[in-house]
Amino acid sequence: MVEEIGRTTEGDVIINVGPQHPATHGVLHLLITINGETIKKVEPHLGFIHRSIEKMCESLSYRQFIYVTSRMDYLSSHINNHACALCLEKGLQIEVPSRAQVIRVLMDELTRIASHELWWGAMAMDLGAFTPFFHAFRERETINDIMEETCGARLTMNYIVPGGVMQDIHPNFQQRVKDFISLYKSKVGEYDELVTGNIIFQNRMKGVGYLSAEDAISFGCTGPTARGSGVTCDIRKLYPYEIYEQLQFDEILETAGDSFARYMVRVREMNQSIRIIEQLIDNIPEGDFQAKTKAVLKLPKGEFYQRVETARGEFGVYIVSEGGTTPYRIKFRSPGFSNLSALDHMARGSKLGDLVAMMGTLDLVIPDIDR
Amino acid sequence: MLSFSNISKSIDSGLRATFDATWTMVIEMVIAGVCVISLFAILGLVLVLMERKVSAWMQIRLGPNRVGPKGMLQSLADTVKLLVKEGMTPDGADKFLFNLAPFIAIIVAMLLMAPIAFAKDFQLWDMNIGVLYVSAVSSLMVISILMAGWASNNKYSLMGAMRSGAQIVSYELSAGLSILSIVVLTGSLNLNDIILSQANGWWIFKGHIPVMIAFIIFIIAVTAETNRAPFDLAEAESELTAGFHTEYSGMKFALFFLAEYVNVFIVCAIGATLFFGGWMPFHIGHWEGFNQVMDFIPSSVWFFGKTFFLIFLIMWFRWTFPRLRIDQLLNLEWKYLLPISMFNLLLVTAMAILGWYF
Repeated sequence: MVEEIGRTTEGDVIINVGPQHPATHGVLHLLITINGETIKKVEPHLGFIHRSIEKMCESLSYRQFIYVTSRMDYLSSHINNHACALCLEKGLQIEVPSRAQVIRVLMDELTRIASHELWWGAMAMDLGAFTPFFHAFRERETINDIMEETCGARLTMNYIVPGGVMQDIHPNFQQRVKDFISLYKSKVGEYDELVTGNIIFQNRMKGVGYLSAEDAISFGCTGPTARGSGVTCDIRKLYPYEIYEQLQFDEILETAGDSFARYMVRVREMNQSIRIIEQLIDNIPEGDFQAKTKAVLKLPKGEFYQRVETARGEFGVYIVSEGGTTPYRIKFRSPGFSNLSALDHMARGSKLGDLVAMMGTLDLVIPDIDR
Repeated sequence: MLSFSNISKSIDSGLRATFDATWTMVIEMVIAGVCVISLFAILGLVLVLMERKVSAWMQIRLGPNRVGPKGMLQSLADTVKLLVKEGMTPDGADKFLFNLAPFIAIIVAMLLMAPIAFAKDFQLWDMNIGVLYVSAVSSLMVISILMAGWASNNKYSLMGAMRSGAQIVSYELSAGLSILSIVVLTGSLNLNDIILSQANGWWIFKGHIPVMIAFIIFIIAVTAETNRAPFDLAEAESELTAGFHTEYSGMKFALFFLAEYVNVFIVCAIGATLFFGGWMPFHIGHWEGFNQVMDFIPSSVWFFGKTFFLIFLIMWFRWTFPRLRIDQLLNLEWKYLLPISMFNLLLVTAMAILGWYF
């Protein structure tokens, strides 16, 4: 196919976007075929940050392997930990105290907001506007401070353990979350002013990177990427875990299927997360933060699966146990991998600048794709 | 009174007293050249620092604050860093063109300094076709960008250069047409005459809405011409890594960088001259006291104040807007700006003929 280096037989130019490129937000390598500015093909090449986490987990005990999952999708490490803990609890039939459940959900939603904030800033940066990134980080820092106080870490929290959470929340936690909510509400108008309502931004996003509902399903897209195409796929609604079925929140759906729809889904999801936090923050029940569990966990023989909704979509943990202290086989279903597979379909025929915008709306985290 | 024109006059008369006419001219040319080069260097340092401080202010940061008092010497430190860096030439590059391109960029920027009146009676070259000269020379900038993009032997660079070529050539038109509207009103291509015609009011106030429209088109077009965001498609960091100067490093990169900032200064100086009266102080009708106070402010302060206000405006654009796509960029020019500026030029012409301005 390749006649001379960097050129196809049809005379189209092949260029490498990545693995070191400002737009890929990590070490993703896209081999794109272009004719002038028009994209003909996008071929993602993976493996630059493959750490064989799944294999690594097989030699770690059930308590230990949870911490490795924080390093996959580092922007929603809480939710990854949560999925693993839920899977183990399902296998061991541990009853999680209601206080721990509420704390877990609160942390999940804070993580979701933090992740979407970062995405929002990076998205604007992909489109050439630098300022929103710093505005997003102003709010995200507040969440990180809350996390630091309670979990002891700002990015890879490792706070959730089988049976509950590692320690009780900090006495300041409730007040600081409330402060964050009022800060967020006072600043969210700026987001619309600076980015959403901007005419250049809307022109760059509307009608670009169209993904129909059928395609979204066939590529296995989940999360905001699929919901932007009108596919109902919120795991919190469809397969509720923890206390999500008792909470009042909406699944955000947009039907346009373009970049702007995916953008709006994420922006509106942040408000829903705020809504969930508001319902829970004053109603954290008293009690234990962790169930009594054995020091060494042994999962019974069998197969266990648990799915959760991360900031990027459906995250699944599949554990095969032989009854020992370490898993026999672990498989993670990461949302980024399937979402990335739709990129080629979306990008064909559009301009090079739009490719960057589309990658922005897919909200790719490369360690999540490669594992 | 100590002003630029007095200093230059006294130097001139002193030289004429000691040397004959030819030597006086040679020495004066050398002095002027040194002045331009040092102004160039100072402008580069000041504008880079200003950009970093303005962006920091807009992005809720502090900006550079470690080197020197309040970070004043940061850009000097950056320059030293760039000077000691190795300027690499890639293997597959066309070495001659690759090394020539940054110098063309810098020469074009220097040439543009010539007709600008920095203060009252202080101008390097009072030429009668100043406006024509500016628009002719400023379009040479695209040659250095195309040269750099082609000679780098890099696909990103080439794409950046091609984008830049399409962009500068098209935006030149509306920039030229909006400048023409002032030429129509003054009836002169001489920048000095244009300034003098604004003695009783700047064109932006005298010319009603048509001149206001011309000014808006002018500022959009020059932002595009100098490759600044939201029209920075030639560099487009998130798409083309660094566009046409991807392969440049060290001082060769610094020359492009310097040329960009000096170009911004020059287009803003032209804008200030055409629309805001250059070094003319701000006067209001018959308020004699107010006008005298305004006259007391030196003319160079007026000129640089107006220019830096426009520079701030362009920096404001950069740190607020996302980037356009290449087809949207060209649509904006050919479908909107060009027809509007043509129609606007007709309006201005009608206004000039009928004398409907103050």
